[in-house]
Amino acid sequence: MDFPIFIVFGGLALGAAISVVAQRRAIYSALSLLICLGALAVLFAQLSATFIAMIQIIVYAGAIMVLFLTVVMLLDPRSDLSSPNRARFVSYAAIPLALALGLILLQAVPGKDVSLGSQTANLAAAGRAEEVGRVLFSKFLLPFEATSILILVAILGAVVLAKRKL
Amino acid sequence: MVPLHYYLSLSALLFVVGVIGVIVQRNVITIFMSIELMLNAVNLAFVAFARAHQHVDGQIFVFFVMTVAAAEAGVGLAIILALFRNRESVDIDDADILKW
Repeated sequence: MDFPIFIVFGGLALGAAISVVAQRRAIYSALSLLICLGALAVLFAQLSATFIAMIQIIVYAGAIMVLFLTVVMLLDPRSDLSSPNRARFVSYAAIPLALALGLILLQAVPGKDVSLGSQTANLAAAGRAEEVGRVLFSKFLLPFEATSILILVAILGAVVLAKRKL
Repeated sequence: MVPLHYYLSLSALLFVVGVIGVIVQRNVITIFMSIELMLNAVNLAFVAFARAHQHVDGQIFVFFVMTVAAAEAGVGLAIILALFRNRESVDIDDADILKW
């Protein structure tokens, strides 16, 4: 049962990702990205990371994508149609270079001998909010607190940058 | 059971698609979405490794990556709004004042 789920949702994520890049309207890219994030959430849940899967849906697909869609709709709808006739040479250089990067990355993937192992009850408990929260508030307390400062800076930065008079 | 290298290969492919998007696209918002795509590809690799090593630390790291992505989206979209106000365009080629 695991393998069909991986094929379906992995393929969905990859197809949606290609659609994000290939669309010319930003709104279609945003909706494709939403599909990609949802498919990845399913894969996270399959990897027994249920808390991360929920956070993926709530924070990424919920909050961040709403922010993206708001900005896309706030801007002039005609302006997001980029002119197609100005093909830049970087676009032609990009594809082979990106494929080379892909080959390098795929080469770094470990071989077939690494198995994920079967899902044990112990492992399923590790992905739940309880266990993740326990580690987050003990071992990773300092990074967690530093994150709050980062969020504060981001709030101030967003308010200052979005002001009408910059 | 799906082996680890399937997830890692999917993660690498998603990352490469994100890289292509950043280079090829000219719409600033779509470039931004491609960056989110790359972050998600890395998240998938983290979760797969966390599962393979039977350790929850990788999932914690995904949590932090998501926080940084949220902060980045807030600030980045504010910058895009400021850019649009000054240039009346979201085309990356119009934001070239530092270039020449």
